[in-house]
Amino acid sequence: MDALEVRGVNKRFGGLQALNDVNLTVEEGRIHAIIGPNGAGKSTLLNCFVGRLTPDSGTVMFHGQNLLGKQPHQINQAGVSRVFQTPEIFSDLTVLENVMIPALAHRDGIFEFNAFKPLRKETDIKQRAIDVLEDLGMEDKVDMMASSMSRGDKRRLEMAMGLVQEPKLLLLDEPTAGMSRADTNNTIDVLRHIGDSRGLTMIIIEHDMHVVFSLADRISVLAQGTVIVEDAPENIKGNVKVQEAYLGGAH
Amino acid sequence: MLGLSRNDFLLLLFVLLLVAAAPMFLNPFPEGSEFAQFNAGYPDLMQRFVIFGIFAIGFNILFGLTGYLSFGHAAFLGAGSYAGVWMLKLLTINVIPAIVVSTLVAGVFSLIIGYISLRRSGIYFSILTLAFAQMSFALAASVLTPITGGETGLQTALHDPRILDGAGSVGGNIPAPSLFGLEMRHSWQVNVGDWLWTFNVGYYLSAFVLMIAFYIAIRIFRSPFGMMLKAVKSNNQRLSYTGISPRPYTLAAFVISGMYAGLAGGLMVAMDPLAGAERMQWTASGEVVLMTILGGVGTLIGPVLGAGLIKYFENIFSKINDNLLHQWFAFMPDGLEDFMVTIIHPFVGKGWHLTLGLMFMLVVIFLPGGLIGGLTGLYNRVFRRRSKAR
Ligand SMILES: Nc1ncnc2c1ncn2[C@@H]1O[C@H](COP(=O)(O)OP(=O)(O)OP(=O)(O)O)[C@@H](O)[C@H]1O
Ligand SMILES: [Mg+2]
Repeated sequence: MDALEVRGVNKRFGGLQALNDVNLTVEEGRIHAIIGPNGAGKSTLLNCFVGRLTPDSGTVMFHGQNLLGKQPHQINQAGVSRVFQTPEIFSDLTVLENVMIPALAHRDGIFEFNAFKPLRKETDIKQRAIDVLEDLGMEDKVDMMASSMSRGDKRRLEMAMGLVQEPKLLLLDEPTAGMSRADTNNTIDVLRHIGDSRGLTMIIIEHDMHVVFSLADRISVLAQGTVIVEDAPENIKGNVKVQEAYLGGAH
Repeated sequence: MLGLSRNDFLLLLFVLLLVAAAPMFLNPFPEGSEFAQFNAGYPDLMQRFVIFGIFAIGFNILFGLTGYLSFGHAAFLGAGSYAGVWMLKLLTINVIPAIVVSTLVAGVFSLIIGYISLRRSGIYFSILTLAFAQMSFALAASVLTPITGGETGLQTALHDPRILDGAGSVGGNIPAPSLFGLEMRHSWQVNVGDWLWTFNVGYYLSAFVLMIAFYIAIRIFRSPFGMMLKAVKSNNQRLSYTGISPRPYTLAAFVISGMYAGLAGGLMVAMDPLAGAERMQWTASGEVVLMTILGGVGTLIGPVLGAGLIKYFENIFSKINDNLLHQWFAFMPDGLEDFMVTIIHPFVGKGWHLTLGLMFMLVVIFLPGGLIGGLTGLYNRVFRRRSKAR
């Protein structure tokens, strides 16, 4: 079954056609990678999925429901979580609180007036948050202020915030950029494990080909706003069009 | 205990001791001594300390947690005051209905203004709240005169209906607000040596309400709801991509802080049954902002401290005049004495605003966390703790 179906999406910024008739189908339970040179429109495409941008035309269907025109929090509540390229965390809060917020959102919905229940009595939520942070090797950082973390740790925190929601579709925008090789490998293991055990559908944008070929079931190549190739990983490496796109681009 | 962590419970206990003992330690100077005029332990001022403390605690729930800076909260204080006086006039001279209804009326009023103002954020939000408050002030002073008493203000009168207790109570005097017959203005005075302590009914009622208000604020700060409000301040955008709709959270915080303001307004008229439009003016809205920032935005006890400090300056510091200064510096040679008095003169008496302004600037520049933030920082540095923030 198809989890996400994107048809004919266009987005123009002034004179720049950032997305040009993009079509994309992501099957449920698969990991779908989107690669392409800098400025190809990859992040812009994700922005159209989570309600940050509205495409000029086209449709984005998620399990049969139209995501366009929905508010970001409604899209998230429908089961789509996003890990941002530039970490968007709650800098003034602790790492643990950063992960508890999405966990509470998943449990309680868009608004819950729980003003008298002590936070420390939310033991289940806290435990879930700690479990996810442990999976990502951050158990010793739970009480740190989020702002005081390294760039790589902020990305892992971002990922924890997405994973703790147990979404149906996880959108990952360059999750390993800025991470050490060891952390990158750990991240690959975590994502593969979750993909296998929960059958979570993922879209992952990456420049690191090691990550892409370790994880992806299918790859779309985006260049100048258009999907130029979509195929299985083994057919992508030797593809002439892909090589041209990358040679002509920044890489 | 009481659903609080150990530290929070101790803080609550500390505040309880503070307000309970205030009539004593706010009068450190013996009666009749040269410094007696710096005693702050008289009912009128102590009432103001706790009532503005309540106002600031509520304001901090909005500003301190969500970061939304309202410049119009005096409107809710004023609305609460008017509602309170009307209860004293129409229902009963007992203060309980006045206090309850003023809180509720301010709640409804803040729901309307908050719903509209929160469509914008940042400076536009602030301007919208300011505009609403100034509008309310202008209306209260003019068009709404039948309800508000216009420029003279609204007060209780001899022939008020007071349908619950009006019949038998009047003996030619306007009755004073009371709690089941115990008048708010009633005080017991105790002489201990040369010291005079005044225990006032109105003060202790206000202090009791302050304790409840403070307790509720702690619970809100430590709840999941409170954490969401902090998240709104930290990264509003991210919150919506996390599946939370920030608007109802900020609106709830706005209404809660509006109700605190209304409660403060209700207590004011319970102490002194008179409400005027100037209570809604922008200077009054600005004052609560200053209190909160001075004491420490987003800290639990900071706003109370800030409220106390500003009210102390306004009422006590302003009393220092040139005569007094001459007395103080009398030990100096005449030329030097005059020089010192001339230098200090602009900062005291009517110049208390100048001192307060300077102090405010120093705090904002050197102690971004306010006085409490500064103290916490010092404490952490002394005890070499990792700063876990407030
Ligand atoms: N909000 C915006 N307004 C105007 N132009 C934009 C906006 N967002 C993106 N662009 C432009 O659209 C193009 C595609 O940007 P996008 O961020 O989607 O690229 P990307 O494929 O994610 O690149 P990278 O690999 O560097 O992250 C770029 O030229 C960018 O400058
Ligand atoms: Mg990008």
